[in-house]
Amino acid sequence: MWILQFAKEYDRIEHQYVKWGGCSLIHFYPENRNRKVTEMSERTLHILTDSFWKILLPGLKVTLPLTAIAFAMALVIAIFVALIQFANVKVLKQIARVYIWVIRGTPLIVQLYLVFYGISGLGYLINPFVCAAFVLAINEGAYCAETMRAALEAVPVGQLEAGYCAGMKYHQIIRRIVLPQAMRTAFPPLSNSLLSMMKDTSLVASITVAEMFMAAQRIVARTYEPLLVYTEVALMYLVFSTVLTGLQHLGEKRLNRYRGTKKAVSR
Amino acid sequence: MIKGIHKDFGEGEVLKSVDLSVEKGDVIAILGPSGSGKTTLLRCMNFLETADGGTMCFDGEEFTFGHIKKKDIARLRKKTAFVFQNYNLFLNKTALQNVTEGLTVARKMPKAKAVAIGHKMLDKVGLSDRYDYYPHQLSGGQQQRVAIARAIATEPEIIYFDEPTSALDPELTGEVLEVMRQLAGDGMTMLVVTHELGFAKTVSNKVIFMEGGVVVEEGNAKDIFECPKQERTREFLRLA
Repeated sequence: MWILQFAKEYDRIEHQYVKWGGCSLIHFYPENRNRKVTEMSERTLHILTDSFWKILLPGLKVTLPLTAIAFAMALVIAIFVALIQFANVKVLKQIARVYIWVIRGTPLIVQLYLVFYGISGLGYLINPFVCAAFVLAINEGAYCAETMRAALEAVPVGQLEAGYCAGMKYHQIIRRIVLPQAMRTAFPPLSNSLLSMMKDTSLVASITVAEMFMAAQRIVARTYEPLLVYTEVALMYLVFSTVLTGLQHLGEKRLNRYRGTKKAVSR
Repeated sequence: MIKGIHKDFGEGEVLKSVDLSVEKGDVIAILGPSGSGKTTLLRCMNFLETADGGTMCFDGEEFTFGHIKKKDIARLRKKTAFVFQNYNLFLNKTALQNVTEGLTVARKMPKAKAVAIGHKMLDKVGLSDRYDYYPHQLSGGQQQRVAIARAIATEPEIIYFDEPTSALDPELTGEVLEVMRQLAGDGMTMLVVTHELGFAKTVSNKVIFMEGGVVVEEGNAKDIFECPKQERTREFLRLA
């Protein structure tokens, strides 16, 4: 069978390669197996322990702060843009629609390149972290604005009417009655956005921000262990998002105090 | 007092030049079949709908519908209160906060004073054990009673009731009507759109029967119920 022929040929080359001092799948050879396995696991363990803090620290020092700062700004943008549309402010409403259209219609990585390398190319030095935070905020703000708009529109119109009849002004009703209720509705989808933005911060590695993913890339470049190190960094992202999901559940529980737990019962 | 108020929703006039006069202490029931414009009339009076024309004289001040300033609307609304068919309690506020919100926020009353009033009003509608309950924890009747407490807390010159018991079962209807009866006894001016003929008959001093955007008949409650002049009124009361 031709396949066996190929296999034999491969074995031959492989053997040759090992003789020359390369390292490969050679532990399949009985005489080498034991030596190779202990060597491999020692090396693996060494790389793992060595890289753990080298990946986690940029995660704690860059990825998380970047996520928090950018998302906080995104929320402010989102609420502002959503309110403009909700209140039907004439010219600003058109601007808001264009903003959402442009941002949602272009890839985040292109936006990052455009702003960072674009501005650098003009001869202005900008701090990559600051640039990343702004681009992420503006990007996520567009998506969150749509979430907020939907949530504002989901507040019964009677809430506004009741506010008017109580003698309250529009901005008072929005701030004290409508927004708190909209925030509750928007909370799960906003948490979604937060989660995906936390992961999207890995893209800013490409504009020279030394965050978690860039740290991993550097270690891979040195160790040639992509499977190992990228698995490690993936697990760290997973841990981060698990924590965020936990926070989401806590937040929802707290916000539920004025909203009965609505659970559909299947019969 | 209102003169010649009319409202056009685009598909035919909903209110065709309705006149209405309310004196202090009046309890006026507005009756009529569905779609007769009763609710629209009430909503126009509090500017929840924009009437296309007509004038309103309130407390000696005269306003033209459709040409009234925002500031005047805000000022007028502070002298009135509105009780909705579906309560419209602030869902993110407790019963007590629902009552105090209009006082502390709209009228800048100190919190302690507002809370004292809030307690008093909730006691009055029989909810002294429900101060800190959120609307979703209250029954429909209790929610509507909170709404009434919210309405009276601001000491309005008039309270508009828009079918306050239509969403309630008979038992809960009873507890809400009892509170309204009490208010009428206290001399509160009330304008009540209702399907509760019993309430109209026993509590109101004046009844207005509307259909098709016009007032078909009006008069004191006793006259309308015992010897209605218009054929349409007679028919409506017989069927009800």
